[in-house]
Amino acid sequence: MREILYNDIVDKVAEICISANYQLGEDVINALKKSRQKEDSPTGQAILDQLIENATISKDGIFPLCQDTGFSVFFVNIGQDVQIKGGLLNDAISEGVKKGYTDGYLRKSIVIDPIKRVNTKDNTPPIIWTDIVPGDKLRITIAPKGGGSENMSEVAMLKPADGAEGIKNFVIDKVSRSGGNPCPPIVVGVGIGGTFEKVAWLAKKSLLRDIGDRNPDPYYADMELELLEKINKLGIGPQGLGGRTTALDVHVEVFPCHIATMPAAVNIQCHAARHKTVTL
Amino acid sequence: MSEIIKLTTPLDDAQVEKCHAGDNVLITGPIYTARDAAHKKLVDLLSANKELPIDLKGHLVYYVGPSPARPGQAIGSAGPTTSYRMDPYAPEILKAGSKGMIGKGEMGASVTEALMKYKGVYLAAVGGAAALIAKSIKNSKVVAYEELGAEAIRILEVENFPAIVAQDCHGNNIFKEGREKYEITA
Ligand code: SF4
Repeated sequence: MREILYNDIVDKVAEICISANYQLGEDVINALKKSRQKEDSPTGQAILDQLIENATISKDGIFPLCQDTGFSVFFVNIGQDVQIKGGLLNDAISEGVKKGYTDGYLRKSIVIDPIKRVNTKDNTPPIIWTDIVPGDKLRITIAPKGGGSENMSEVAMLKPADGAEGIKNFVIDKVSRSGGNPCPPIVVGVGIGGTFEKVAWLAKKSLLRDIGDRNPDPYYADMELELLEKINKLGIGPQGLGGRTTALDVHVEVFPCHIATMPAAVNIQCHAARHKTVTL
Repeated sequence: MSEIIKLTTPLDDAQVEKCHAGDNVLITGPIYTARDAAHKKLVDLLSANKELPIDLKGHLVYYVGPSPARPGQAIGSAGPTTSYRMDPYAPEILKAGSKGMIGKGEMGASVTEALMKYKGVYLAAVGGAAALIAKSIKNSKVVAYEELGAEAIRILEVENFPAIVAQDCHGNNIFKEGREKYEITA
């Protein structure tokens, strides 16, 4: 058993809350620059320039990339030979969020009850997905998720007979109806298979991949590229004001499913495609 | 690209009429902020015929909930939030004298109608360009509903705040026209 201290988890979580919200990944910055070269719309070009400049300004650590610093969603891999000393893992992550969102001047966007809507004032509770894995390491990834793009997401329980075409139509239609709302250029996370709740999780999880990372199965890698091409023909463009750059990438994640079902989910991620990982 | 229009707030009809969908604008002067919760409160007061805590006349309402300001800064990051959520309120706010709003994403047909009827303009700021936008905000003061935190109503003093005319008082809508122009069918 390898021991990991509660307080070390708190500090590391606080650090990644802050760095995720101030430092946009190089993969996203490069994708924005590449899209800028291909964009035909002058308005679209100007917007992409602003987004690239925005990432440079936020790097200095004064202004977060976006004012919506999101729901703090965590994906945690716990090595089965790890023991956490000094408290519970979930409490440590929660305390890290509190610290990171306070010290980092990040916006607190969580209300304690969906109907009564009173702000918790420290961005807790986080959402934590855990996986037990071999080894003696603890790997924590944060993906802060903004409300604007989350609102444009959807689960559909398709029929097996709908096949690949049904899935593609569902994804493209969802992106089309979302228009400028989720802050395009977007990254489109697609889940296929599993169950009702698993498919939404798959779509979310796919967003942790870097831009340009393909599904290891060539069939789904092709589907990702086909969807990307079709989405960028919709004309929605940066911010929905018209142009060639609607999506920077499409990620598909797949899981086995029941003989009677074909669940599909789309989770839309805005260009503030933030995620940071720490390993303890 | 068309020339950049400089808007000085509060706006009058002539300034609003100059704006056509697709134009780039730079806004200078005071603007109010309000999001979902503050809109609900304002519209409740209007329907009860009560006085508002702010004077909307000629003013732009910016749909924003900024991140906290660091010491020595006027404001934190301050990009637009999605506007369609304010569709149910926007016509009432325009009727009460406001000259338009700043947000992101398309607004509904009832808002387009209200923009034409009351002569207003809907300006799109770049969603997620929040750090860049913050640089054009020189001052920020909470003027109502402090208890709402990030959703409180503030008055911002802005200088050359960049935006794009999205839906104008002539009935044009860049979300529709822009998309049609760049859509590839077949
Ligand atoms: S959708 Fe993303 S970029 Fe747009 S406002 Fe929300 S968090 Fe920011």
